Amino acid sequence: MKFLNTLLILLVSRFTGMAQQADIEMADQFRADGKIYVVIAVVLLILVGIFIYLFNLDKKVTRLEKEVSKNA
Amino acid sequence: METLKKNYWKIACMLLLIYTIWAGFMGKVPRQAILNETVRNLYFHVTMWFTMIFLLGTSVYHSIQYLRKSDIKSDLISNAYVETGLVFATLGLVTGSLWAKFTWGDWWTNDPKLNSVAIGLLIYLAYGLVRSSMPDEQQKARISNVYNIFAFVIFMILIWILPRMTDSLHPGNGGNPGFSKYDLDSNMRLVFYPAIIAWTLLGYWITNLRIRIKKLAYLISENE
Repeated sequence: MKFLNTLLILLVSRFTGMAQQADIEMADQFRADGKIYVVIAVVLLILVGIFIYLFNLDKKVTRLEKEVSKNA
Repeated sequence: METLKKNYWKIACMLLLIYTIWAGFMGKVPRQAILNETVRNLYFHVTMWFTMIFLLGTSVYHSIQYLRKSDIKSDLISNAYVETGLVFATLGLVTGSLWAKFTWGDWWTNDPKLNSVAIGLLIYLAYGLVRSSMPDEQQKARISNVYNIFAFVIFMILIWILPRMTDSLHPGNGGNPGFSKYDLDSNMRLVFYPAIIAWTLLGYWITNLRIRIKKLAYLISENE
């Protein structure tokens, strides 16, 4: 019985703890509207663009390296 | 196939960063007052510093290699690591300043970690000065590599040890904290650790390109 009581208290305190947490304002509405996906899409596009640029740069340096080692 | 084998880590870097952005925006974070959603900056601001430490640390390794073997290539490599490391330091500082404005209330607080970083960056500024003011190649390399080793040690003491001896606004500072004291729950760890690897790989990649360009320039100047 004592064990059950402790368990009950633990559970209740856990839920009240969560209820307190829910008061804190987060961007819940923004997420619910689905607008967060727009932000993610924009950032991902920029990221992919940067990566394409980096891969190209890498290729260019490799080409130069080959050319220089041929001439040396 | 050969190129894929050699470049798999670049693709890994890209995939990890895509994951970081996705999980960084969508993942569950604890609801905390003041911080609110900005806690997600952990994946972007803090990782800049981790990357910087990796880059500067690697540069020290190559500095030691230079001092042991006097191979000018090690000097070029070490220098490239410092340069990219400082780019990430600047990014960390600027993003930190922005984050501080909206959580701590000011662009620049007198937090020991902030002042330490400011001193650290000045130390590295002097590194750049040393390098640019010496015409003799060998002398420049030897002095700046010795300087680099000391700069790194002092910088690490400044940002890791000194802020812990006083009060700091940064989490995990002041007293003797462990990682568990970071307001980091297991959901955030799932994003934070991959994010560190991802940004570090990106820093490594950019440095790699820089090193190769430096080596090319060196070879060309040799042949002239």
